[in-house]
Amino acid sequence: MAENMFRPRRAIFACILLGIPLGLGAATFRYGEGLSYFSRDPQACTNCHIMRDEYDSWAKSGHHHVAVCVDCHLPHAMVPKLIAKARNGWNHSRKFTLQNFHEPIMITPPNAEILQENCLRCHESFVHEIVVSQSAEGRAVDTVSCVHCHKNVGHAPTRPTGEMSWIGGPP
Amino acid sequence: MSEPSSTPKAGLHIRWDRVLIVLATAAVTVGITMLLLNIFERKEEARNPYIRFVDVTEETTDPEPWGLNWPREYDTYKKTSEPTSTKYGGHGGSEAVPREKAEESPWLPRAFAGYAFAIDYRDRRGHAYMLQDQEQTKRVTEKPQPGSCMQCHTSIIPTYRRIGEGDVMKGFEAVCKMTYQQAHEEVVKTGSVNPVIEGTAQVKKHFEGAHPVSCVDCHDARTMHLRVTRPGFIRGIAALMASKGIPNYDPNRDATRQEMRTFVCAQCHVEYYCGPKTTLFYPWNNGLKVEQIEAYYDSYKFPDGHRFYDWKHAETGAELLKAQHPEFELYSQGVHARAGVACADCHMPYERQGALKVSDHWVRSPLLNIARACQTCHPVPEEEIKFRAEAIQERNHALLQRGGAALIDMLDTIKLAKAAGVTEEQLQPALELHRKAQWRLDFIAAENSMGFHAPQEAARILGEAIDYARQGQITALKLIPPPKSATSAAMAR
Repeated sequence: MAENMFRPRRAIFACILLGIPLGLGAATFRYGEGLSYFSRDPQACTNCHIMRDEYDSWAKSGHHHVAVCVDCHLPHAMVPKLIAKARNGWNHSRKFTLQNFHEPIMITPPNAEILQENCLRCHESFVHEIVVSQSAEGRAVDTVSCVHCHKNVGHAPTRPTGEMSWIGGPP
Repeated sequence: MSEPSSTPKAGLHIRWDRVLIVLATAAVTVGITMLLLNIFERKEEARNPYIRFVDVTEETTDPEPWGLNWPREYDTYKKTSEPTSTKYGGHGGSEAVPREKAEESPWLPRAFAGYAFAIDYRDRRGHAYMLQDQEQTKRVTEKPQPGSCMQCHTSIIPTYRRIGEGDVMKGFEAVCKMTYQQAHEEVVKTGSVNPVIEGTAQVKKHFEGAHPVSCVDCHDARTMHLRVTRPGFIRGIAALMASKGIPNYDPNRDATRQEMRTFVCAQCHVEYYCGPKTTLFYPWNNGLKVEQIEAYYDSYKFPDGHRFYDWKHAETGAELLKAQHPEFELYSQGVHARAGVACADCHMPYERQGALKVSDHWVRSPLLNIARACQTCHPVPEEEIKFRAEAIQERNHALLQRGGAALIDMLDTIKLAKAAGVTEEQLQPALELHRKAQWRLDFIAAENSMGFHAPQEAARILGEAIDYARQGQITALKLIPPPKSATSAAMAR
């Protein structure tokens, strides 16, 4: 039958049809700095604007010379890292595009676990006594979270603060 | 129409699978395009925080033209006309005016006996109502009030500049000496110079009318930088800083941006004297604490040489002080001020709109916006934050009512003493205690945070108020001569 025959004009039409969204997608990907998300550059995290405060305060924090965003916020093994990146990438882009999320933004439990592991990755030899995660009987217990107290080490107050000169002196 | 009716049916055969592919591809393309536009929009927002469509000036007291340039801020500013209320503050009802404060604290009218606040003293409304509520309160319609009241209830600086012939301070002095009605007329006459688009040209036009606090009161019309404009504040803060050994303090030159985020509010949310006997002033020469302000008032002499007082109490004859709304003073004693948190951080928290960070100009209680006002620094559930704040307010409220009861007991006892023939001269020590007690009680009652701005300081002040009221009561009680029959009965025993 004629209909099952190869038709060059139809094939070209189909190619154009698929090429348009493909090209548009590529342009959008480029415009949206898509490639930057494959890097470990902290600037990439400020692409979607919401992390601006975190980025600015990280630049002034005690950790900025030893750790960038992904050092604390992503696992270091290849596969878990890619999974976490994909999961967060999907969540972030979906929520920021649709603009429906709780503000101020707060870390989610799985990401808090990654964070804690990364604190220990560098500091474990110093703190292993206080982060025992097993009871004497071998049961798992809630371990203390480093950032519960040290919440300003990476980045924090996203609020300007400063000395109020008219108050002065002891209370 | 021109198709011949004999067209074979096979020609109309539709390949649904291909139609589906076309539709799916179209849908994907639409999705990608929308995403592209979304990213574009966010990038543009981040690039241009604002565009100046019209040229507003120092004479543009009408906020509407400013709203053309800064629509996000203007939209939230307009929301100050919406009724809001918290457990202890504000006005959430649909009635035309808020309820009288006496409904909550029945002792208030007696505390203010002989003073305009006994006639009419209502809950607050938002910034949008500041002028209207002042125009309509019986304190203004039934009692003569000075022009100084206008300093904080309208956008008045261009009027000061016009009357002072360029000198704002001179104009301020002159307007303070007017009656309220005269001053009001002058502000209406000054009106606003608005940029108006006529064809393709932009022209400046003058419109009569008074506006409540507006953009130009806190923002430099050219640079949008925060600045303070109220003459009373500029003098008051200079006096306060001088007392700390810093001479010639000019907040517009010397304050940090974070300090300015408090000072713009402190222009009005403070203690001051605005009565007719002398020019409006803020009593900060000794400091901001309740007893430092009291000491300044005690040492202050009116032009006629008399010690400072706001009015004489109708029942006791004591020369009393009226606290206005010392939010800045009380907050300055609290932990938030010490931590470097400004008024605007909690009352005008940043709000993200798209890629932009906008300061919320719907100035209101942080309890109505806990996520943005509190959770940025306190990452705990909203319910818990609300519970903590309200617990502080409940305790303060209980202590305040106890203070009101102590004050009424003192008034009753002084009244009894007077009825028993004790002279005002003999009663003088009790009347001094009345002055001290009521100043402290009113300082916390009139302050608009129900103690939250500095909970411990508020409790200390109320504790002193209760103590002075009871001391006053005991002092008066001791002066009452015991009834004859009771004395003889006691002697017979």
